[in-house]
Amino acid sequence: MAQVTMTVNGTSVSADAEGRTLLVEYLREGLGLTGTHVGCDTSQCGACVVHVNGKAVKSCTMFAAEAEGAEVSTIEGQAAADGTLNTIQQAFQDHHGLQCGFCTAGMVMSAAALLQDNPKPTEAEIRDYLEGNICRCTGYHNIVKAIMAASGQDVSAIAAE
Amino acid sequence: MPADGGIGASTKRREDIRFLTGNGNYTDDINLRGQAYVHFLRSDMAHGTLNSVDTSEAADMPGVVRIFTGADFADVGGLPCGWQVTDRHGEVMQEPAHPVLAIGKVRHVGDPIAAIVAETADQARDAAEAIEVDIDELPAVIDMKAALQEGSPKVHDDLTSNLCYDWGFVEDNKDAVDEAIKTAAHVTTLELVNNRLIPNAMEPRVAVGDYNRSTDDSTLYTTSQNPHVIRLLMGAFVLGIPEHKLRVVAPDVGGGFGSKIFHYAEEALCTFAAKALNRPVKWTCSRSEAFMSDAHGRDHVTKIELALDADNNFTAIRTDTHANMGAYLSTFAPSVPTWLHGTLMAGNYKTPLIYVNVKAVFTNTVAVDAYRGAGRPEATFQLERVIDKAAIELGVDPIALRRQNFVTEFPYATPVAVEYDTGDYVATMDKLEALADLSGFEARLAESKSRGMLRGLGINCYIEACGIAPSNLVGQLGARAGLYESATVRVNATGGITVMTGSHSHGQGHETSFAQVVSDMIGIDASMIEIEHGDTDKAPMGMGTYGSRSIAVGGSAMVRATEKIIAKARKIAAHLMEASEADIELKDGAFSVAGTDKSVAWGDVTLAAYVPHNYPLEEIEPGLEETAFYDPANFTYPAGAYACEVEVDPDTGKVSIESFAAVDDFGNVINPMIVDGQVHGGLAQGIGQALLEGCGYDENGQLLTGSYMDYAMPRADDVPFYQVDHSCQTPCTHNPLGVKGCGEAGAIGSPPAVVNAVVDALRRNGSDITHIDMPLTPSRVWTAMQG
Repeated sequence: MAQVTMTVNGTSVSADAEGRTLLVEYLREGLGLTGTHVGCDTSQCGACVVHVNGKAVKSCTMFAAEAEGAEVSTIEGQAAADGTLNTIQQAFQDHHGLQCGFCTAGMVMSAAALLQDNPKPTEAEIRDYLEGNICRCTGYHNIVKAIMAASGQDVSAIAAE
Repeated sequence: MPADGGIGASTKRREDIRFLTGNGNYTDDINLRGQAYVHFLRSDMAHGTLNSVDTSEAADMPGVVRIFTGADFADVGGLPCGWQVTDRHGEVMQEPAHPVLAIGKVRHVGDPIAAIVAETADQARDAAEAIEVDIDELPAVIDMKAALQEGSPKVHDDLTSNLCYDWGFVEDNKDAVDEAIKTAAHVTTLELVNNRLIPNAMEPRVAVGDYNRSTDDSTLYTTSQNPHVIRLLMGAFVLGIPEHKLRVVAPDVGGGFGSKIFHYAEEALCTFAAKALNRPVKWTCSRSEAFMSDAHGRDHVTKIELALDADNNFTAIRTDTHANMGAYLSTFAPSVPTWLHGTLMAGNYKTPLIYVNVKAVFTNTVAVDAYRGAGRPEATFQLERVIDKAAIELGVDPIALRRQNFVTEFPYATPVAVEYDTGDYVATMDKLEALADLSGFEARLAESKSRGMLRGLGINCYIEACGIAPSNLVGQLGARAGLYESATVRVNATGGITVMTGSHSHGQGHETSFAQVVSDMIGIDASMIEIEHGDTDKAPMGMGTYGSRSIAVGGSAMVRATEKIIAKARKIAAHLMEASEADIELKDGAFSVAGTDKSVAWGDVTLAAYVPHNYPLEEIEPGLEETAFYDPANFTYPAGAYACEVEVDPDTGKVSIESFAAVDDFGNVINPMIVDGQVHGGLAQGIGQALLEGCGYDENGQLLTGSYMDYAMPRADDVPFYQVDHSCQTPCTHNPLGVKGCGEAGAIGSPPAVVNAVVDALRRNGSDITHIDMPLTPSRVWTAMQG
């Protein structure tokens, strides 16, 4: 067991971690940041996506120790201090891009990473990018629509909310 | 309508804020002081005699607190089944014991053998490796038809065979159906498989047991769609804890789709262990475990015959289905292939004679139970596939054949025991033809062809029975429960309202839509109304959420309770304004005296109820809190028409969904945005069943699809933007909101549309194929194309 120190959502933190402790376990159990979820054990579902040094990472697929000294950003750090949702979060609410909410943190974090690299993705590019994020509730319709809207595209022609 | 949206408004969901900011409270987010962790050692064999479980070495491993085995549960009950089906010979079904932990035998891969409780989850997992399990492997029973053959190994040695029941419905119609088929001008026969699915809610199951030694109260936090049902089943039938000493909390739950209805062994183990060890005990299911321990869905093998007269009118339907129960009877398993399936075989059509035979079979596989649609997708799939095949055989248009046979007058009593109250199948089909631009299909076909792709169009209708269910009816059919719903409406002194509903929301947005209803009824902003659910210590006894029942049954209970509130508030208002109660009007959250300018605000009345200084105490009690239980008079019957267009790559057999249009009649709609979202999700699950998903076992009972690397979940690029419409509304006649329910429709209606479309695409390319079994993987489609 060793102390692992990193910056999470702008705050320097440290907590104990075994060598085998995954980053997601460190966040959830070590720091109590339970907004990042675990939906599988084969790195497929994407519920655990966070940003490490600006890149989207499945936090179930990285040891906490590997993130020593890193800048980590999670769903808890996305809204403004006064609670105002960021553009992507707000688009998800506006377009009903979530239902049970379990995959949502990963979807929002993946969407943020996508828009960083590709500020105006096409529908096909969004669908392709989300290959590693599984949602069982929404049928993806409103997730894709929300991401298009968050990138400033007119989604009014897309069928029903 | 209130400023922030009443009935019919696409109000944004209030629950989204906590989910979007990482502040949800899912069961795995709950950690109690001093909690220990459970790991289940599960059978890696499908079938075997369990000779011994030696835990001596494991018990000495670091951090191990206690190891439970089947012997520890000798004095408690097994997991109960909630529905007893009576077969066609008048015999009740064979009902095997379902121990919490295996005793004597293991019966499927994943059957729990031991539960290791340790200080950490890793220690519990490590200790499991040191348990010596002695199992003599037995031949596995996997194929349903083989399971029923004389001499087949038995899953349960104390039962007479692997047959759970042989159900006939309606038995009195059997001879007439046989005769009608014998004498029909045309009979179309189709044999098909409704593929076995694994529900895969994104949140794996979790249970946290807690025990309070000072009060002798037990608490279970669990990922459930129906916490009261778990309290009743686990308390009364498994652990012997009376309901007043047991609290079950299902907080934020990350999807259910049926798989979180049932009472599972892990819930009982955690509750039991917490008391035995006097400390909280937590279990978090891994996805790999979920594949082998969550109840699966579907898994029917069916032969259906559709008889038609010389004018192409449907004259009779006969079906013969084998339904897989798995190794044990899960909570509602027996009802799915029977009362949720046979009663829907009339579909949208006026077929006068129907006979359904279902043989439910035990196999060495995970228990099978309700999954989104539960029985109704199986009915819809076979009916809508056989109609398409009949259209092919008769050389008629599949839409015209359907239209010709539509039920057009309501109420309509089917020959399979149910009565449709309302519907307009012509209107939904008309709407579909426009929405899906069917007249433009030929042009799209030509365009696909120009790119070397095969295009096909599939159409189907569906009907479902929702708003489950009238208690006295289901009681006669074998349910061991009532299926009412409850609500308590608690008005606080300053006018805010807390509604406690027995329904449960695990993605459906009840906190928003239920508040819209009460807000609309009283005329106050929805922000003044809080919807509480999921805690048996708060809500009155409720039956939870499944079967598209929440707004139809739970919403109705809430309406009834709110009506009582308004009636009482009206009396108080009359007193405050010294007017006759008959003259009091409620509008926009204020009570006024008709024909005068006298009025009192909602808050004045609620305050008077709790500060009864000027109050008609001789007539009514202080306070403003009412409870209602609502038991529906009938099922509701949502129905619709769906169209799917696919492209098939002739070189690879890969199918892509080019468009999907869904027209649904849900009756009245509370929040159109949420309803659309429910349909979208159902469509993706139905498309997943049709193209991607299929649970597989090998002949030894090894689960071949045990992770997301083997079990193909629909991803974002497997589905298109959907076109959905619910403007055809024939309100339900027997509930106060006129609602029918929308949660399952998409999953029920979509698989046949996809398969119909692929068959159409192949036939347009010269194939004479009439059916391909789901999932329509590239390999299956390519093979079918080779003739």
